[in-house]
Amino acid sequence: MKVLLGVSGSENASYAMEVTLERLVGSEDDLSVAVYASDAATDIDEVHQQAREFIEAHDVTADVRRIEGDPASSLSDLAEREYDHLVMPGGSKSPTGKIQLDKVHQFVLLNAQLPVTLVR
Amino acid sequence: MTRRYPDERVSDFPKPPAEIVDHEDREIAIRVLDADEAEDLVGMYLEFNPEDRAQGIPPVEEPQIRDWVDSVCIENGHSVVAWYDEDIVGHAMLVDDDTGAAELAVFVLRDYQGARIGTALCETLLGHAQTLGLERIWLSVERWNEPAIRLYQNLGFQRTEQETLELEMTMRLEPE
Repeated sequence: MKVLLGVSGSENASYAMEVTLERLVGSEDDLSVAVYASDAATDIDEVHQQAREFIEAHDVTADVRRIEGDPASSLSDLAEREYDHLVMPGGSKSPTGKIQLDKVHQFVLLNAQLPVTLVR
Repeated sequence: MTRRYPDERVSDFPKPPAEIVDHEDREIAIRVLDADEAEDLVGMYLEFNPEDRAQGIPPVEEPQIRDWVDSVCIENGHSVVAWYDEDIVGHAMLVDDDTGAAELAVFVLRDYQGARIGTALCETLLGHAQTLGLERIWLSVERWNEPAIRLYQNLGFQRTEQETLELEMTMRLEPE
């Protein structure tokens, strides 16, 4: 199975990467990581760098891809066209601890035509 | 994402402590939470029905409840609680975000819901917020939670019309 993990520099990105990599150990799945900017404040170069460092630290094989254009639809399109499963961090937490899903999550959940897993 | 707040300010909320008789004729005391009452607050959340969670809070398992009560409710939050006899049956809190505004969350045990305790908790919490000089208050609520949305609208919260999965509402308080 080809798994695409979409990350954008949220606090949960490392946790989602950790969990996804652990589940891949011993399986025959291939992993790609797609980095995107969920809002104007995100530095996509930084997210790209973090993803590369994480992969190296875990000594796994995974390519890193950059999403250009509108992140929500571009991530969805890429996942549908080239992968079997889309995995994403399951949202960030508000000050009270409430889970907050961003526009990319919402679009993907409502539109992507493949299995989507939110990691929490 | 910059949150939009109304231009008009809301004022005149009652200040804690308060005593109310709820719709079931129970005498409920509403007070600012003391740090040494943390265990009582944990006690409430151990009784809390997981079906009444909102967006993942309160946590369900005891270790996570304790951690959340300590680090979010007590350390980072301003809380008022509703006491019935010796038990805390409702809790409303404001937690500072990074912009000088505060997020509001309120929870009431199922057996005590629908009795206006949530309203009383929020009113006194907002009164307390006025005393503390907090001006910008926001919250998020599930779009299908009509009773909660009505409660917030009656308090003076306005929808921000954000394209988010959950409904966001804001209020600008008059400090007192």
